[in-house]
Amino acid sequence: MPTGTFDEMNGWPGSGTRPAYGEVRRWLDETSPAILQTRQAQAELLFRRTGITFSVYGDAEGAERLIPFDLVPRVLSSAEWSRLERGLVQRVQALNALLADLYGAQDIVRAGIVPQELVALNPQYQLAVAGHTPSKGVFVHIAGIDLVRTGPDDFYVLEDNARTPSGVSYMLENREMMLRLFPELVARSQVAPVETYPDLLLETLHSVAPERRNGDPCVVVLTPGPHNSAFYEHSFLADKMGVELVQGADLFVRDEVVYMRTTEGPRRVDVIYRRLDDAYLDPLAFRPESTLGVPGLLSAYLAGNVALANAVGTGIADDKAMYSYMPEIIRFYSGEDAMLSNVPTWRCREAEHLSYVLDHLPELVVKEVDGSGGYGMLVGPHASKAQISDFAAKLRAAPEKFIAQPTLDLSTCPTLDGDKVAPRHVDLRPFVLTGADGVKVAPGGLTRVALTPGSLVVNSSQGGGTKDTWVTG
Amino acid sequence: MRIRVQHATTYDYQSPAEGVVQVLRMTPSDHEGQRTALWRVDVDVNGVLRERRDAFGNASQIFFADQPVTSLTVRVTGEAQVRDTSGVVAGAREPFPLAVFLRTTPLTEPDPAVRAFAAESQGGDTLARLHDLMGRLNATMAFDTEATAVGTSGLEAFARRRGVCQDYAHIFIAAARCLGIPARYVSGHLARTESHAQDAAHAWAEAFVPDLGWVAFDAANGVCADESYLRVAVGLDYLDAAPMRGARRGGGAERLSVTVHAREAVVQRQD
Repeated sequence: MPTGTFDEMNGWPGSGTRPAYGEVRRWLDETSPAILQTRQAQAELLFRRTGITFSVYGDAEGAERLIPFDLVPRVLSSAEWSRLERGLVQRVQALNALLADLYGAQDIVRAGIVPQELVALNPQYQLAVAGHTPSKGVFVHIAGIDLVRTGPDDFYVLEDNARTPSGVSYMLENREMMLRLFPELVARSQVAPVETYPDLLLETLHSVAPERRNGDPCVVVLTPGPHNSAFYEHSFLADKMGVELVQGADLFVRDEVVYMRTTEGPRRVDVIYRRLDDAYLDPLAFRPESTLGVPGLLSAYLAGNVALANAVGTGIADDKAMYSYMPEIIRFYSGEDAMLSNVPTWRCREAEHLSYVLDHLPELVVKEVDGSGGYGMLVGPHASKAQISDFAAKLRAAPEKFIAQPTLDLSTCPTLDGDKVAPRHVDLRPFVLTGADGVKVAPGGLTRVALTPGSLVVNSSQGGGTKDTWVTG
Repeated sequence: MRIRVQHATTYDYQSPAEGVVQVLRMTPSDHEGQRTALWRVDVDVNGVLRERRDAFGNASQIFFADQPVTSLTVRVTGEAQVRDTSGVVAGAREPFPLAVFLRTTPLTEPDPAVRAFAAESQGGDTLARLHDLMGRLNATMAFDTEATAVGTSGLEAFARRRGVCQDYAHIFIAAARCLGIPARYVSGHLARTESHAQDAAHAWAEAFVPDLGWVAFDAANGVCADESYLRVAVGLDYLDAAPMRGARRGGGAERLSVTVHAREAVVQRQD
């Protein structure tokens, strides 16, 4: 096994440029750092003008911030991509099968593969929809699967995001920016288009509309509002799909049917792409104090009169403790081995795992089972003694809330840092769409990059940046 | 006992409220110990009433008002035959595995005080520990309709040592779950002998006892349920089993008034 860190462009230390990077390499060689810096500044200005921002929770300084964009693309060959794509399709099919089973007969629990307490005690398992099959049987319409790479053929799934994964607007905006700044480079590299994503998303949403006699299905995007960190993306996607962006107060339910208030009177709604967590959807069924949702929405959903994307209760499938069972889950439903590997995971809810984790905290990454966005995690190798002992106390108090994984040496990708191009760690979030007629994956996804040298935390909420992701050739 | 229930809930709004939606869990389901004879739920404004069994197996209804309303009354009248089973509830719908009833919820979250109180429960088996818990809770708390509100959590009520039947039930449930005993909230009616109307229905708890099954504990009265307890709905806490949960737009301030008569039915003589 070669030593050092695998680089997306340069491979293992000492080896040559990888074939997929031929064009990008030539471009980097031919372009002076000063020009790259100018282009980078142009990109930033353009992004500010479009208003693509992201607010960070718990940040006292400012509500909104620009996610840094890095103009050196992350490139995958079409052969690499088609392997990933097959693995992603397999994985998302398994997630949907798992949810149908957990909210149905629970065969996988009876088979002893997934422990019953993991489901029954998990607040993400929504009791209110137990026994309900959503429209066309689809639970996870939009999935974001976080992948990391440690070698030429070594991709791992780091997390499954099956609730309301965000970031797809950056995938689209980053491509638009690259086409604007470097049209010849993109053309020469024969980059597979991602611009069709909004059409694919709309098709997917249409395909799960409950049957009704007349008219095209009415799709809306439901946002918690401008204070949400991903509000820009909600309005962006609604705009690209040509559908209404609504807040809870724009909708109402009468006789188990959802309507949107319009200037021409109430209009029936068939599909809601909701970017609102389960807990806020309906104050009569979930959190009573929620003013973001729609009273009676659950009744319309259970009556089969409206489709929600993603379905209610998908959080149980992206729970990080559930994640650790994914290889077995895939085998159980498909009879196949998982094409994409899991990162080895210690479940702190199990006593032996917990004691191993407590003994090895300085070398592990510890995450909350229902956490996201890089909040509330410990990166052992980068943590101080005090942080580690604080975290150990949290772990002992509620071990079932945590999982731990080895610190992986994530691949790096050339990234502009001031006047030089230097390697920075990256991950990849492809977006996987599931409709009534099957599974589709946009070629590429969102590459997130840790801008601090050596850092492994790529989350935008933790100061990470993004890159355009190319599938070439 | 044949229990007769008359239960009226009225909301008065300062100005017309739009889009009124009410979820009702007011109709009992039969099990081995109780059989519903006559049961009616009426809403006094125009609208649509839909019925569905909820995930816990409760008979639930949802009401959508047709137009803005300034006042809305839900009237329940019914009779049910209840038998004394020493609190044991058998033959009810049980869609969930027991582990579900070990979940904590915001209303039944324990704190160190509740945990410590639970841990003091004495007894050789689960049933004895639960009786001890109920007895001590009944002795420690003072019944007080002013001290807490509908959104008060069990631990808040316990800290005040005061509350109503809902609070007693939440504390009992939180404590039982701390002991690893599955427990749940029950809303229903308690037939009373006094003739004046009550201003709320009743609530108690059920805990799962090996070999017996679900057993109903009324910590507010310090007894297990007998033939004067008519069970209507269950859930993890008040929110799952509440007789009414509603929403509206506008309407200004609202005034809620509830009257409940739950009494032994007078058997008519067949002359």
